[in-house]
Amino acid sequence: MATLQSKSAASHTSRWFLAMAAGFLLAGVAHGQTKNSCLECHSILTDNLGVTEEKFSQDIHAQKGLTCASCHGGDATSDDPEVAMGKKAGFKGKITRAQIPQLCGSCHSDPAVMRKYNPSLRTDQLSQYHTSIHGKRLATGDTKVAVCVDCHSVHDIRPPNDPRSTVYPLNVPATCSRCHSDAERMKAYKIPTNQFAEYKKSVHHQALTVRGDLSAPTCVTCHGNHGATPPGSSSVAAVCSTCHVFQAQLFDSSPHKSAFASAGLPGCVTCHSNHGIQHPTDAMIGTDDKSVCGQCHTEGDPGFVAANSIREHLAQLAAAIDRSDQILSKAERSGMEVSQARLDLVQTRDTLTKARVTIHSVNVARVQQDIQPGLVAADKNYEAGKDALKERNYRRYGLGLSLIAIALVITGLRMYLKQIESGQDSQTT
Amino acid sequence: MGFFRKLHDWLDDRFGWNELLAPLRKKTVPVHRLSHWYFLGGITLFLFVIQVLTGILLLLYYRPGANEAFESVQYIMTRVKFGWLIRSIHSWSANLMVFTAFAHMFSVAFLKSYRKPRELTWLSGMILLFLVLGFGFSGYLLPWNTLAFFATKVGTEITGQVPIVGRPLMIFLRGGEEVTGATLTRFFGFHVAVLPGLATLLIGLHILLVQRFGISVPPKLEAEWLTKPAALREMKFFPNFALRELMAWYVALGVLGALAAIFPWDLGVKADPFVSAPAGIKPEWYFLFMFQTLKVIPSKVFFMDGEVLGVLAFGVAGAVWLLLPFIDTGRARRWVNALAVVALAYIIGMTIYGHFAK
Amino acid sequence: MEALLGSGLFLSAAAFFYPVLRFLVPPKEADMGSGSVIAAKTGDLKPNSGKIFRFGSRPGLLVRTTDGEYKAMSATCTHLACTVQYRDDTREVWCACHNGKYDVNGRNISGPPPRPLETFEVQVRGDEIFVRRRQES
Repeated sequence: MATLQSKSAASHTSRWFLAMAAGFLLAGVAHGQTKNSCLECHSILTDNLGVTEEKFSQDIHAQKGLTCASCHGGDATSDDPEVAMGKKAGFKGKITRAQIPQLCGSCHSDPAVMRKYNPSLRTDQLSQYHTSIHGKRLATGDTKVAVCVDCHSVHDIRPPNDPRSTVYPLNVPATCSRCHSDAERMKAYKIPTNQFAEYKKSVHHQALTVRGDLSAPTCVTCHGNHGATPPGSSSVAAVCSTCHVFQAQLFDSSPHKSAFASAGLPGCVTCHSNHGIQHPTDAMIGTDDKSVCGQCHTEGDPGFVAANSIREHLAQLAAAIDRSDQILSKAERSGMEVSQARLDLVQTRDTLTKARVTIHSVNVARVQQDIQPGLVAADKNYEAGKDALKERNYRRYGLGLSLIAIALVITGLRMYLKQIESGQDSQTT
Repeated sequence: MGFFRKLHDWLDDRFGWNELLAPLRKKTVPVHRLSHWYFLGGITLFLFVIQVLTGILLLLYYRPGANEAFESVQYIMTRVKFGWLIRSIHSWSANLMVFTAFAHMFSVAFLKSYRKPRELTWLSGMILLFLVLGFGFSGYLLPWNTLAFFATKVGTEITGQVPIVGRPLMIFLRGGEEVTGATLTRFFGFHVAVLPGLATLLIGLHILLVQRFGISVPPKLEAEWLTKPAALREMKFFPNFALRELMAWYVALGVLGALAAIFPWDLGVKADPFVSAPAGIKPEWYFLFMFQTLKVIPSKVFFMDGEVLGVLAFGVAGAVWLLLPFIDTGRARRWVNALAVVALAYIIGMTIYGHFAK
Repeated sequence: MEALLGSGLFLSAAAFFYPVLRFLVPPKEADMGSGSVIAAKTGDLKPNSGKIFRFGSRPGLLVRTTDGEYKAMSATCTHLACTVQYRDDTREVWCACHNGKYDVNGRNISGPPPRPLETFEVQVRGDEIFVRRRQES
């Protein structure tokens, strides 16, 4: 292990040296061949015109050898502003918002160009953007909508796997919310601005930030990134089912599928909501106030009966698991080894999870099929707990007997000592 | 004539039993208000025997090795009939033995039983105490659980702080740079072969010396009895004292059984060298006072590393304590008792502090 | 008094020897050693199928590939610890909970799983398939 560590440490440092050497070399070449007069002024300028060398050096494009002129045109070798930013040098000046997608796309949509830098990068961003609500509105002349730089930032664009990037999974929700939580900005579009606030309460946000699960869905997972569009009621289920496969399959096979469709209800989110999606509880099913079934089903219809029945089954298994858990905890507290039973209980819990998935079929018989083995397993766990407690009592019983034997010996010895010592005393006196 | 008498006579005819016991019959134990402390050595011996017996039993199922140790202990605890009892007794008895050994040492120190001609008895006893701590340290790792793994890591790390010899010593103990399966193999070897061999030899020597010089009487009482021989009170070692000792052993056995049955020793979680150490990791209680001291010492004291200073200080203190019989002469005499009180108070205080410190 | 002492000694000896003797009798469930478990018999698995087996305190997945080769790995998904399964239609290891996919070498190839599955060593001895943890170097 030790040698492994030192080896990797060694290779790490040597890689560092290589990277640094390469950096110096590149910098030297860049300085030697192409001088950048842009930064001489723009690094001192403030506000929109200011770009420091430090900032631009963070940009993936700068690191790949692109310069200011690559986007803005002009001649960076000239010290004369008239020449450097002259028409002759092809200077484009500030790129207007309406022009930005086309400009970025001039490279990013060209596989031949992209292959030189990153052959695995997709080249469909621009065409996707044209299909997005942002792209469509931009086409109608609305320049307030998001263009490339609004999400990817500008002059310090980092690749999406860089944790400092604005489009790194952890940063995506905040990036989108910069506009979408701005009530003033969204007023014209008549769309709500509470999505980010809701999302922050959701189980997905929890998974993303607390557990650091980068695969947890952010805004773009459901809405798309370059092709961002509000999903219509038919596409919602398709989005959710990329991860929640079984739930989707069961739902599709259930009578809800056609019922929801004819009522114009958008699948999953009808019960689970969308941005503020919570960890579901058993209380969601049933017919009381907290449940969702009661929103459509009323007393007497078959769905009402089924909802209550499913709820009861889930509660029954949950209670059985709870009972087993309690007796095992009791055994543990008295020092018994029940790791095996604990392990089995985890598997029993899995059957409950499975049943909770099966409820999406809204079929009582199918749910029962999952509950039944769970109940049997929970009973077994309970028996294991009972056995452990029996074993504990057996130990205490054995201990009691041994202590009696020990007490007998001690009293016997005391009496014996008294006897011989009284004899000895009488001898000495 | 009862059954025991008959058995006794039968054995006597074949062994010369009475003759063998003759020196023991002559041996006496002084009786005074502090005589109770004389039982501690015997109880420690009894616990050692328990350790040997349960240790041999555990060896039937235990397998050393990073991949197997934890599982085999788990097997003993769950599958083997009364495995939980044997292992719990082994663990509890180990802890009690450390405690009684310490108590025995301090009782000897306070009663000043190490005085001439018993210096070697003290020395052998001190070495035995170090061996007992070695038993505790090496045995603690054997179940290969997380706590033991990190305690060993920290413990051997501290050994590494000793100037000059520390690092080679640490590498020797660990069987490499890190605590790995190799360390476990080593510790197993120490625990079941090296230490028991040494301990048995030293216990033999220790008991032989006790037999040779008889049982010490505190100096004040000794002087009193010298001037007034009529005040001298003692009891026969055999059977009076021996039977009382036997009673003490039975009490110890009962305590052990109760502890094992009501508080079976925890198994913990299997050690994983690649997870980070759990917060608030602490060694076993008998190392706690040293551990806590090292934690309290600032990282730099003058020009020295705090850890190194602490380790050196303990080395010096240990050496002084080891040589107590040779120091306790002439003018130093007055200070020795105070020293013992301070040492005891320090150990108790630091152990309690260490227990409650975060 | 002698009766008292005698019965006490006898009982305490019994209390001492009974556990020891029971301890000496080897238990029925033989200890295989953690390293190794018998995951299946050679006849159990057709090519292109998989089976869950107990590996220590966790489930393991034994897969027989279309070539007839045996592969073993942890069956605990690295995403949220669901138990994975082998799918003969896609020839992949699949986690039903969030549609995570691994190849038969345990590499995570799609979906949420952040890490590959731990793989185990497989040995066929006679008609028994032994699986054990890879030895650390």
